[in-house]
Amino acid sequence: MTISSAVPRWIVVIAAIGAVFVLLPIVAMTTRVDWGQFFPLISSAASRDALLLSLRTSLASTVVCVVLGVPMSLVLARTTFAGQRAVRALVLLPLVLPPVIGGIALLAAYGRMGLLGQTFQVLGIQIAFSTTAVVLAQSFVALPFLVLSLEGALRIAGTRYEAVAATLGASPSTVLWRVTMPLVLPAILSGAVLSFARALGEFGATLTFAGSLQGVTRTLPLEIYLQRETDPDAAVALALVLVVVSLLVVGLTLRTSGVTRRSAL
Amino acid sequence: MTGLAFHATVAARRFDLALDVPEGTTVAVLGPNGAGKSTLLALIAGLLKPDAGTAAWGGTTFFGADVWLPPHRRGVAMLAQEALLFPHLSVLENVAFGPRSAGQARVASREAALHWLEEVEAADLATKRPGELSGGQAQRVAIARALAADPTLLLLDEPLAALDIAVTPTLRRMLRRVLAGRTAIIVTHEVLDALTLADRVVVIGHGGVVEQGDTREVLERPRHPFTAELAGLNLLRGRVVEGGIETPVGRVSAASRLIAGTRGAAALRPSAITVHATEPGQRAGVNLVRVEVSDLEPRGDVIRVRSAALFADLTPAQAAALDLEPGSTAWFAFAADDVSLYGL
Repeated sequence: MTISSAVPRWIVVIAAIGAVFVLLPIVAMTTRVDWGQFFPLISSAASRDALLLSLRTSLASTVVCVVLGVPMSLVLARTTFAGQRAVRALVLLPLVLPPVIGGIALLAAYGRMGLLGQTFQVLGIQIAFSTTAVVLAQSFVALPFLVLSLEGALRIAGTRYEAVAATLGASPSTVLWRVTMPLVLPAILSGAVLSFARALGEFGATLTFAGSLQGVTRTLPLEIYLQRETDPDAAVALALVLVVVSLLVVGLTLRTSGVTRRSAL
Repeated sequence: MTGLAFHATVAARRFDLALDVPEGTTVAVLGPNGAGKSTLLALIAGLLKPDAGTAAWGGTTFFGADVWLPPHRRGVAMLAQEALLFPHLSVLENVAFGPRSAGQARVASREAALHWLEEVEAADLATKRPGELSGGQAQRVAIARALAADPTLLLLDEPLAALDIAVTPTLRRMLRRVLAGRTAIIVTHEVLDALTLADRVVVIGHGGVVEQGDTREVLERPRHPFTAELAGLNLLRGRVVEGGIETPVGRVSAASRLIAGTRGAAALRPSAITVHATEPGQRAGVNLVRVEVSDLEPRGDVIRVRSAALFADLTPAQAAALDLEPGSTAWFAFAADDVSLYGL
């Protein structure tokens, strides 16, 4: 280990305690895994359904987050309008809101008796307790992660390259596609990965708004919670699967943010 | 007349300035930091909206009452102090950016880009990334990129200020070549830039125009103390008398064809002044002014000795021999032949 700048020893001690605090439960969990039964446990029909549903819905909500979040970040970072601070605070609200409350709010909007639910029902669309509801719930909680990281990146990138592009004759759309987006691409990628991770772990809003129907709305976290009651070994095995997937996601984020750091030089 | 006709005010920056740039001429805008030079360029480029005013190029109105033309429709390219090459594009793609944005096909815009890279002697850099370039190389590419956009008006914001001194002469020569016959506004506080690149100068200070005119005329015969300071000249203003001029530092004799009684100005190079620590004898044809030294300022290889109204440049050896310090009394001597006298 090289010491690049002097960090007091007591800081290192506290940091080590923090690292142990985070790692210990994960390590403890792996000691509870019944390795002999691991693969049968995670390959039951219910488990497979849950894992595939989780991956599918998380990917879909990541797409929703990028499609909605990129324009939101651009408007927040590049324009000024009355009430902008309030809008930013509201957009970031799902970040601090207990997910259950998010689920109740979503029900109030899109549920059968909700604000828009009746309209949808007339059109023959029922959102609540469907896979669509899972995607909505996940997008609702994951969107702020993308907006937050991308808005920050846009502000750091500044507007000077965009100004140069405009004086070279590029229309606002051309500036967006050929200058702004490529410059903040690493932030979009890491924001998307973060959103995906948040969607993958979503529990409260999903359960409240989408329920727990196997193969339709029962994602991996819901399946794990359910199995914990009936088959604790299966729950631990599935939990380990989710840990591995999450680790992969974190690793990917670190790599893309590494790209950010390099391109900033 | 085609060319730029500009007048705008920005209250928040205490900016109120009118400027005309005839087509095909290069105008240098000289002024200290904070005088409004960057504001002027931002207004013309369309990166800043004025509180009031109008600007037009021929029949095209950039801004005016209820009119606002966005930057990309103005045909005004800007070259800044920093090259600001798009870091994610190669050099060739950077230069091709303007033609591409104008709707040219990929092949045609690449050809145009190569042409302009050759024009700035940077064709060998075409495949490089901006991160691999030196400051001088990057600025060459930025010049090519601006020209490739085929602007009707080119704005240059201290284009040489951020560069290594070793490369500025080459780039200045290159700019002179590519600016010939173009309409351009170059903002600078470097008199040399104005003398090499510009047909006309406009000196601005405190948000307004202080004086303007033919480059050489303005810089050799400044009318305003501010211009004289930029041009590195002493300026004494006063009333013309027989054989000289009556100024705040006393009567200065100089060859004169001006009519006595009119207002005039005397310009004097600081290197033409000899500094004495003790009072020298009077000599015919030599002006002698007693001054109190206010400051000694190292400037490259000379020491500038300042007093309230005049300043003189000495070599460090001369300055050391005189043993001057702020507050000491000195005598400035200069020949009448070195004084340039002109009417105001």
